[in-house]
This record gives sequence, C-alpha cells and structure tokens, in this order.
Amino acid sequence: MMHMLKNQEQVLSKIATNDGHGENSAFFDGWKAYDSDPYHPTKNPNGVIQMGLAENQLSFDLVQKWVRNNPKASICTTEGANDFKDIAIFQDYHGLPEFRNAVAKFMEKVRGNRVRFDPARIVMSGGATGAQEALAFCLADPGDALLVPAPYYPGNDRDLTWRTGIQLLPVVCESSNDFKITREALETAYQKAQESNIRVKGLLLNNPSNPLGTVLDKETLTESLNFTNDKKIHLICDEIYSATVFSQPDFISIAEIVQENKNCDLDLVHIVYSLSKDLGFPGFRVGIIYSYNDSVVNCARKMSSFGLVSTQTQHLIASMLSDDVFVDRFISESSVRLGARHRDLSRGLAQVGIGSLKSNAGLFCWMDLRRMLKEPSFEAELELWRVIIYEVKLNVSPGGSFHCSEPGWFRVCFANMDDETTRVALNRIHKFVIQNKGVEANNGKKQCRRSKLEVSLSFRRLDEIMMTPHRMSPHSPMSSPLVRART
Amino acid sequence: MRLIVPLQGVVQGRGGLILGSLIPCALFYFLQFYLKRHRSPPRNPPSPSSSAANLSELPRSSSRANLTTRGSIGLVHVSARAKAVAAPNDSPYYIGLDRVREDPYDEMSNPDGVIQLGLAENRLSLDLIEDWLSKNLTGSILGVGGNGLGLSGIATYQPMDGLMEFKVAMADFMTEVMGRTVSFDPSRVVLTSGATPALEILSFCLADQGNAFLVPAPYYPGFDRDMRWRTGVDLIPVHCRSCDNFTLSITALEQSFNQARKRGQKVRGILISNPSNPVGNLLNRDMLYDLLDFARERNIHIISDEIFAGSKYGNEEFVSMAEIVDSEEADKDRVHIIYGMSKDFSVPGFRVGVIYSFNENVLAASRKLTRFSSVSTPTQQLLVSVLSDKRFTQEYIKMNKQRMRSTYDLFVAGLKELGIECTKSSAGLYCWVDMSRLISPYNEKGELDLWDKLLNIAKINVTPGSACHCIEPGWFRFCFTTLNEKEIPIVMERIRKVVESCKPPM
Repeated sequence: MMHMLKNQEQVLSKIATNDGHGENSAFFDGWKAYDSDPYHPTKNPNGVIQMGLAENQLSFDLVQKWVRNNPKASICTTEGANDFKDIAIFQDYHGLPEFRNAVAKFMEKVRGNRVRFDPARIVMSGGATGAQEALAFCLADPGDALLVPAPYYPGNDRDLTWRTGIQLLPVVCESSNDFKITREALETAYQKAQESNIRVKGLLLNNPSNPLGTVLDKETLTESLNFTNDKKIHLICDEIYSATVFSQPDFISIAEIVQENKNCDLDLVHIVYSLSKDLGFPGFRVGIIYSYNDSVVNCARKMSSFGLVSTQTQHLIASMLSDDVFVDRFISESSVRLGARHRDLSRGLAQVGIGSLKSNAGLFCWMDLRRMLKEPSFEAELELWRVIIYEVKLNVSPGGSFHCSEPGWFRVCFANMDDETTRVALNRIHKFVIQNKGVEANNGKKQCRRSKLEVSLSFRRLDEIMMTPHRMSPHSPMSSPLVRART
Repeated sequence: MRLIVPLQGVVQGRGGLILGSLIPCALFYFLQFYLKRHRSPPRNPPSPSSSAANLSELPRSSSRANLTTRGSIGLVHVSARAKAVAAPNDSPYYIGLDRVREDPYDEMSNPDGVIQLGLAENRLSLDLIEDWLSKNLTGSILGVGGNGLGLSGIATYQPMDGLMEFKVAMADFMTEVMGRTVSFDPSRVVLTSGATPALEILSFCLADQGNAFLVPAPYYPGFDRDMRWRTGVDLIPVHCRSCDNFTLSITALEQSFNQARKRGQKVRGILISNPSNPVGNLLNRDMLYDLLDFARERNIHIISDEIFAGSKYGNEEFVSMAEIVDSEEADKDRVHIIYGMSKDFSVPGFRVGVIYSFNENVLAASRKLTRFSSVSTPTQQLLVSVLSDKRFTQEYIKMNKQRMRSTYDLFVAGLKELGIECTKSSAGLYCWVDMSRLISPYNEKGELDLWDKLLNIAKINVTPGSACHCIEPGWFRFCFTTLNEKEIPIVMERIRKVVESCKPPM
C-alpha cells in the first residue's frame, strides 16, 4: 500500500502533490475545529463559533426581496423562461454586454460616481480568487515576485503563487503607525528583492484592507502609484471590500488617483473586484479584472475561459445592478448595518479592555491581544490562539497567518452571524478575559472585588448594546459552508 | 553540462583557470544561439485574403499594432506567458469565431451574415428545457427544488467543487446519458466552471511544465489552449489517417511515445476524446482495452474527454472508459474522465464541467483547484431541479438524439448532392467533411485558401483540418446542430457557389 502510494506521487505533478494549497498549515486547525463542532443556538450551543470567515450576510433580506419582486430577472421562473435559450447558449468570453455595463455602473456608484469605468475593460473571472491568479499569470513569470504590504489575506499565498510559480514578498507595516504603508517600507522590500536577485513585477494593494479594515488615504495611494511608476512595476489594487465602508474616512479608489495623475503610466494599473463581499454573493462566483492596459485586458479575457461567470448569473446580476433604486438603497443600508455590527463588536471588546485597530470598513476587526500573550512571540500567539479555539470556542484568525510582523493581533469577523450569535461570542470573550485576569490577579481581594464590580457593570452595558432591533440574518450555522462541505 | 565538465578538465590540465572558464562560456553562448535559431516558429499559414492581416505577420509585430496610444509599449510590461497568450488569434478556428461575432447571420436582420458552423453548440433541443422551466419553476431561485436552501444558501460560500445535491444529479445524468452501462459515483465527481478548466486542472495535476500528453490528431483546437497555455505542458499529436477512417492505431501511439522519449520529453498521459472531435468516431471496446494496456505498460495516465457521450445519433455503441475500468481494479488510478453540460445538455453559457477520477490523490488536488473555477451556485440549484426530473431527462436525451439524427441526415444528404463526402460518423455535433478534391494546391495553403473562400465568399464559418492538426489537407469540420431545417438549404446554396468555382476544369 505504501509502495503504491509512493508510486502514485511520482505519477502526479508537483502542483498536485506540494503544499501550495496551504491547507497543511497549522492555521487550518481553527477550521477543522469548527468543522467538527460547529455552533448552533439550540442544537449545539457550546460549539465553535465561526469568526474566521469574511462573509457578508447582514443584508440578504434586501436581495431576497428584490429577487422575489423581479421574477423576470431569473431565467428559472415562468416569467423569465423566455430568455432561457439565448442565455443558455451564450458562451462568448466577453460576457453579456448588459452584465458588463451593470457592473461598471455599480463600481462607479460605489465610488460616488467620481470615476468612469469602461465596460469594455471589464473581464470576468472565477471569483476574486480567479481574478488574482489570472492577473498573476498575465503580469509575472515563474520566479518573479509581487510586493504585498503585510499583514495580508492568507489566501493570496495560495491564489497568487500555487499554479503561477511566482512569489510574494511582504512589505512590513507596523502597529506603531497603525500599520500604514510607508515609502520607506516599500523601498526596503524592493531593495531586499534586488539583493536576492528576485525580479519584482508589481505591488499588490488591498483597499479597504483585509485584515485591517482600514482604507488607504490619498497620500498612500499616490505614493504607491509613484513608487510603482518609478520602478516601472505594476500596481494591482484589490478593491473587493469597496462597498463595505461604514464610516469616515471615505473610500478612495486607485481609479480616482489615476484620474488626477495624468502623467502616470496607465499600463501599469489594474483593479481586482468581486461581488462576494460588497453584495454578499460569494456563491455566485463573480470576479472582475479591470485593467487600464489593453494587452492585459486582451490576455486576461482569453484566460477568462477558465473561469467565466454563468450566463444565468450574469443575467440576474445585470438586472439587479441596473435597478438604481435598489442599488442606492442597498449600498446605504448595508453600510449602516455593517457599521452597527462593528460598533457592537468593538465596544463589546473594549468593555474587557481589548482594543482593536480603528477601522471603518471590511467585515472584521483587527483585535489587539498583545498583552494577553505570555511573551511577545509567535509561539505564544499560537498558544493563545489554540486556547481561544478549544476553550473559548471561537474560530478567530491569528496575525501570524496574515504575515503580521508583530505577534498578538487577531482578525475576528462579524458579518457572518446574527445578533444573538454575536452576543454569545462576546459573552464568551468576556468570561475568558475575566478568568485570565482572575488567574493573574495575585494581589488580593481588593483588586478582585473591584474587577467583579467592573464585571457586573460591563455585562449590563453589553446587554444595552445588544438591545438594538433584532436583526434576523438567515444565517444559521448549520447551513454554513463548512458544515455542508462534510455532507 | 555533459560537454562542459570534461572540457573543463581538459582545459584545466593545460590552459588553466582562464581557458577553463572562457571556453565553456563560449560554448554555452553558442548553444543558446543554436537553440534560438532552431526553435520551431509558430504556425503562421499565409493567406492572401482579408484574414491575412491576422495570419501572415509574426505575432510580435502585429501585436505592436495593437499598442495603446499613450506611448508606452504595453507588451513590454506583461509576462512572457502573457505575450504568447495575448498574440492575436492566428488560428483559423478563432479567426472564424471572431468573424461570426462581428457579422452574425440572422434570418431577419442580417440574412447576408456569416453562418456559424464552426462552433460545436447544440441549438436543436433548447426549447425542450425552456418548456420544462416555464412549467415547473415557480419560485425563482428561492425555494427551488424542494430542498430550497433559500437565497442564503445560494449566495454563501459553498464547497468549491460543487454542492452534494448537484454531484448526485450529475452522476445520475452521466449514468443515464452514457446508456446505463456503468454507474457513476457522486463522490468521484468534481465540478468546474466548464470542461475547459476541467481539462486545465487535470493537466496541472498530472504533468509538470515541459512534460507532454499524446493526443490522437485531428483534435479539438481548444486542447492547445486548455492543456498547454498556462501549464507549460506539451501536446504531441498522434496522426490518424483517412485510410483508417481516422481511427487511432496503437502502433502510431507507440511510435510517438518512443520518439518523445528519444527527445528526452517525458510523456505523462494520453488524451483521447470519445466520441472524438472533430471526426465523430466512437472508440470501440477493444481499442479502449488496448489503450489501458498501453498506459499501464508505461505507467502513464489516460484522460478521456467524453463530453459528447450523449450526442450520439448513430447505432454504434458508446463505451465509456469508466466501463472498462469497472473490471480492471488495478488500473483505476490512471483513468480520468471529462464531462460537461455544454454539448449534451445545450447549456454552454452555464459553465458546468466535470472531472471524474478514480484516483483519490487527483480528486483531492482537483477539489482544491476548483476554487479558481467553481460553478455558480444558483446554476447548480437550477440544474439540480431540472435533472431530478428523471422522466424529463430521459425524454430529452431521446428527443435530442432523434433531432440530431434527422439534421445530420439532411445535412449529409445536402453535401452529397454537391458531390462532397464525409466520414461515416456516429456522434458529435458536427461532420468531418472531405473537400480534398477541391483544394489546390493539395496542401495546407490550398486548404486555407478554400477555408477563406468559404468564410468570406460563401460566408460560412467552418473549421479547417489544419486548425485541428490534421495531417491530411482538405478536411473540414462542419457543425450542423446550430442549424434549423430551413437553414440547411441556404447553407448548401452558399457552399455550392464556392464549390463550383473550385472544381478543377473539365
């Protein structure tokens, strides 16, 4: 059996047998824990709560309502079936014109109509995952590198490098200046690559940032554009969270920056987008590449054959995003709900002295648990993380998996659950922090009594916070993807 | 390496360190120079017509013509891989498709447009599905199929390789469509957004850059893109000939394998299409067993693209590789099947493909790779509903075959009247037409001249054999399932015009 297995591995490719998929990393323990013991309010109230998946489920009801009221938009209804033949047979990789137009218009709306997007430059791909990979294929050859400000989304490691053969080089950002991207850091990373004889082909920015939840300011964007122009490398902006901004400052897209900087080399600028986060449609697999470079559009379009969006979905999205009334309402309502949930979570954390990075976008908080580490090391971070998974029973994501340079930061997602689950999660965090404090408190009863007071006060405050109108999200942990994946 | 080391030794004995480094360097540069000169040029068949602009120039220079007006040379910035991919489509297969897109025939609005006979899509039976939809679905994408995940189920992240319900439905459909001779297991089904990524994923899993697959030729032009583009894997055509009715011979396969080995190229597998595209042959049981033996002896894989399995209009038996493997336990690990809903079920727009493998490791790797090419969940839900109606699917398969049969008969009869013969084929959405007597000279140039005339004078888009790597000139693939009965005489009339002008003078 072992012999046959060994034989097998020789018969398969390196890609099929290496660890490029990243699932053997220790960071998958959280997912495995959730998988085997998922939380359910009634059936499994002591299960692991999923806070490691950046999914936006807070505004489903709006979409549900629209779909119900617009049966013609789905070809699988009596009203819409007339369109079935033409839609089903259409396989042109340019995509349905109405789809491209609708997506371009939506992207413009999200940017406050401050920029224009040309539908002819919109290229489809299999989700943002496919978009990232296709761009990597287009812009870099095996062995080339992309600079990526860290901390960054761990999926980048797999999506950008697994089949493409390129590498990612982190640009170090530090908590001392709120993880801002500085020109010095960019230059340092670039120099380091030069010294190691690695050819850098581009800079990948994520704006708004995952995991930080912050938006890039005009200076940083302009500086990045200048940097890439100077070095004659590409600038890829992943703007997948652009419509998840819930408070000031405004989101500024790279599209606005290039509009203002007429001297920049447009051929070096590309945007990655998707409907998975802003609209909460990951299952639809709608990924978009928008490039200002004709060759890249041409090349990516041909590659889109490997990840075209189903025409049924294109048709539905085209209808939905052309409905201005719906879109305007959705964008503002979604933003309000995200803001409220973010407030609940960050305040709930603050109650027990857990700070998080001041953020105004995204579907997560960047939690600061540095003072809870036994020592400032990644081993200690992993140890704390295991405690959080197995004892507190929350699947959060440790900063190390995001290539953060400092241990002790954790990403916690908040948009994939309802109010009740959020409250349960916060309760668990509170209990855990207090227990921890109790254990550490060697100083005698006075301290304990004081902290007990704080405890009861904070619980009451927690209840007040949670008394906001009960937002029923259709999300039920039992229908969550990882549970279904088991069946 | 083998040259340099002994040379260094020799040189170090006399010339010392300087010559010991100079001479190998010089040799290395000469070797590079030699390789550059002898690298085979890309296929650029010349043609004097209006399509010439795309055909005759080297990809490099004609893409310079596409430069942006902003002054910077866009091409310089993209990867080497991209340059190859972004080159204008110099294959007649793609040029023809572009022409149809620019000037498509429409009975009412554009009767002089180009009629599409170059894309294997089936328009004969879409009305059956449309009919079913209008009668059976009342709840839009919510609550569809009784299961009704509701919108939240459809929109959330689902397993990238497909919903379990859909895998079950697909396995059942495959079992039905292939004649119920073998039962497909849902746990071996990996769903992808079309057969195109399914093939690419298998290519990434089974071969490393520089390795090769043997492919019986003529073959579907898309294989060059799907299997080679981004993977860096090579395809070695194994030529089949008209004297054998274009069936594969194991001897030819052996020769190609041995030649590859001599070149130092590692062959990782054989890629067959059954029913074959563009010829429309079915591989018989004996041949499939022989292929399995061949693969076993050399420890290589077999990828069987069975996407046209249900598009059979003849009486010959279709045998799936799955049936062969059913009895051969030991060899299961080397067999992988490709399927999809674009041909048999006429829904290419929906992007549904299947990798069906008996190899656990391949399944595991493929599942992870589907993250780049997943099937849209509402589409999965829709198809689960349709496919669950077994009575409907059986009826559909039967009617579709009948319609294909009658269209095929009419089409072939029409060609015969013009004095044009086809190979006797039993499946696929096309026929393999012999126009070798009409080309002059009897070579690829002659063939492309005729193709050009058909495209620009007769205004029908067909696929010339050279685009399919056919070694004999003069063969063309004509897809007939895009036509309704009324259009066949129109097509024949247009072909007649060109044929008359091509006939050798009496």
